[in-house]
Amino acid sequence: AGKSKVDDDVLDDLEEVLVSSDVGVNTTLKVIERIEARVAKDKYLGTDELNTILREEIASLLSETNLGEETDFIIPQDKKPYVIMVVGVNGVGKTTTIGKLAYQFKKQGLKVVLGAADTFRAAAIDQLQVWADRVDIPIVKQSMGSDPASVAFDTLKSAVTQNADVVIIDTAGRLHNKVNLMNELTKVKRVMQKVVDNTPNDVLLVLDGSTGQNAFEQAKQFTAATEVTSLAVTKLDGTAKGGVVIGISDQLKIPVKYIGVGEGIEDLQVFNKFEFVDSFFK
Amino acid sequence: MFNNLSDKLDKALHVLKGHGSITEVNVAETLKEVRRALLDADVNFKIAKEFTKRVKEKALGQNVLTTLQPGQLMVKIVKDELTELMGGDAEGVNLSATPSVILMSGLQGSGKTTFSGKLANYLKNKKTKKPLLVACDVYRPAAIDQLHVVGDQIGVEVFSDRGNNDPVAISKAGIAHAKANGHNVVIIDTAGRLAVDEVMMTEISNIHKAIQPQETLFVVDSMTGQDAVNTAKAFNDVLNFDGVILTKLDGDTRGGAAISIKSVVNKPIKFIGTGEKMEAIDVFYPSRMADRILGM
Ligand SMILES: Nc1nc2c(ncn2[C@@H]2O[C@H](COP(=O)(O)OP(=O)(O)OP(=O)(O)O)[C@@H](O)[C@H]2O)c(=O)[nH]1
Ligand SMILES: Nc1nc2c(ncn2[C@@H]2O[C@H](COP(=O)(O)OP(=O)(O)OP(=O)(O)O)[C@@H](O)[C@H]2O)c(=O)[nH]1
Ligand SMILES: [K+]
Ligand SMILES: [Mg+2]
Ligand SMILES: [Mg+2]
Repeated sequence: AGKSKVDDDVLDDLEEVLVSSDVGVNTTLKVIERIEARVAKDKYLGTDELNTILREEIASLLSETNLGEETDFIIPQDKKPYVIMVVGVNGVGKTTTIGKLAYQFKKQGLKVVLGAADTFRAAAIDQLQVWADRVDIPIVKQSMGSDPASVAFDTLKSAVTQNADVVIIDTAGRLHNKVNLMNELTKVKRVMQKVVDNTPNDVLLVLDGSTGQNAFEQAKQFTAATEVTSLAVTKLDGTAKGGVVIGISDQLKIPVKYIGVGEGIEDLQVFNKFEFVDSFFK
Repeated sequence: MFNNLSDKLDKALHVLKGHGSITEVNVAETLKEVRRALLDADVNFKIAKEFTKRVKEKALGQNVLTTLQPGQLMVKIVKDELTELMGGDAEGVNLSATPSVILMSGLQGSGKTTFSGKLANYLKNKKTKKPLLVACDVYRPAAIDQLHVVGDQIGVEVFSDRGNNDPVAISKAGIAHAKANGHNVVIIDTAGRLAVDEVMMTEISNIHKAIQPQETLFVVDSMTGQDAVNTAKAFNDVLNFDGVILTKLDGDTRGGAAISIKSVVNKPIKFIGTGEKMEAIDVFYPSRMADRILGM
């Protein structure tokens, strides 16, 4: 006969693992409650089975938003150009993720255009230019200090003329509590619709995998300003686990699409929820 | 909105009001809330545990001797303990040598290049120094350009060697250039690196050994979560750094990483970054940081 209760020690250990992975106390308690409820009903036999239950319960918090079955970088066929706008706070890895993503799409034979709408940070345009050269794709840019909305507008115009398949717009990093900068982002987004209806098709919020609970507020505020439609978690090649996205994805119903695992052009992966959860226990 | 630490403490401390003294029994619930709030502020799991243990000992030892209400006493103990943990008075950087060499280190995107510029600007304007910035990030796309733009913005010379991909050689050449041209401070910007990247950690260790800086600074993003302790410890093991820089405090993060880092490496937090502009630098005040973490 299996047990109908999980030992307190086991739960304490679990709490430590999850909190130490930045899952956060709230979401951790939610996971623990779900496990207790399930064990009370189904009983369980040993540690192995408990691990399976745990993995499933955590993954299920991501499941409403993530099928977790995608294995490749996919772009819907019926939208051309498919426009991705990349947003996030300072230094999380937006520009790098754009370079890696462009590389993946180019590899599939798609025609990709980049838009350098970070006109503020020192050498941000040069940085994106280096990535465009690496991937060997065109970039639309203006001079530093110019209006980012105008760059986005130009980029979409150019993409339409070139008959491009994918457009990726880089934006300046900004902290989500800066009202003016967040309004500027709303404007950048709005201006794209003047060129192509219903764009951007994807607003990708990049979160730094080493960020703690503040990522919640980032996700909320960027969603308020730009209706974020997907998440990327970067820098998971280190010891940080990025667990905060579980709660974010669960509460805001936004799927995690990509993870960054290095600084190289190949170091972007399609998110796999089971591998992600397993990494907490390594 | 954000359920901050002070709200939670208030709630927890309610338990104590009306009791004459702090006992094992009535302190337990409060400590649970303190711990919970610290975790929400991104204080490391183990450090939050140790911290609440110490607070408990202090609370139980002091209650009879004071005229404060137990609730107020707990707030005071928590705040004092936090402030003490985060260090004494504000400390500047060591500028005793000519030139004084300052080495930056830290994870990718933490704010090293920006802070290099801010520090140069601060030393130039506030301490009438003549700094030189040295571009030793040979990896990140346009990292050298970025430092040049920053240097131009603040009117500080930048030394770089675009053909060279050896940061040790560049840092030495930069210092030689500073000596030859009357710069009395040299700030070395380096590439971001992960603590688990052995090749890159060896590289910065080699730079450190070669130039023997007066000041090695660890630059950390104040939004960092539980991993702050691992990173700080690993960088400190390799560099035995002199101080910590906390960036991006113009955001709304509680910044619990400050406590975690201080606890694990016991090095002073020297400056904070409060914006993207070159003027957005401030010295670190432990009690202000304690207030911030506590939401007060
Ligand atoms: N180790 C690692 N480093 C990464 C990853 N993604 C980005 N980086 C590094 O993080 C740093 C910041 O990346 P950027 O792409 O410039 O970040 P950003 O969000 O565009 O920054 P701002 O435009 O300044 O806000 C760079 O040094 C990148 O090489 C990743 O997945 N792993
Ligand atoms: N809001 C805010 N942004 C900051 C602060 N410090 C740096 N930044 C921004 O954070 C991003 C990363 O800063 P960098 O100085 O490029 O970071 P880094 O550590 O040199 O990055 P790598 O060289 O890629 O490792 C940039 O967008 C900066 O403008 C700060 O105190 N506040
Ligand atoms: K970061
Ligand atoms: Mg960028
Ligand atoms: Mg840099």
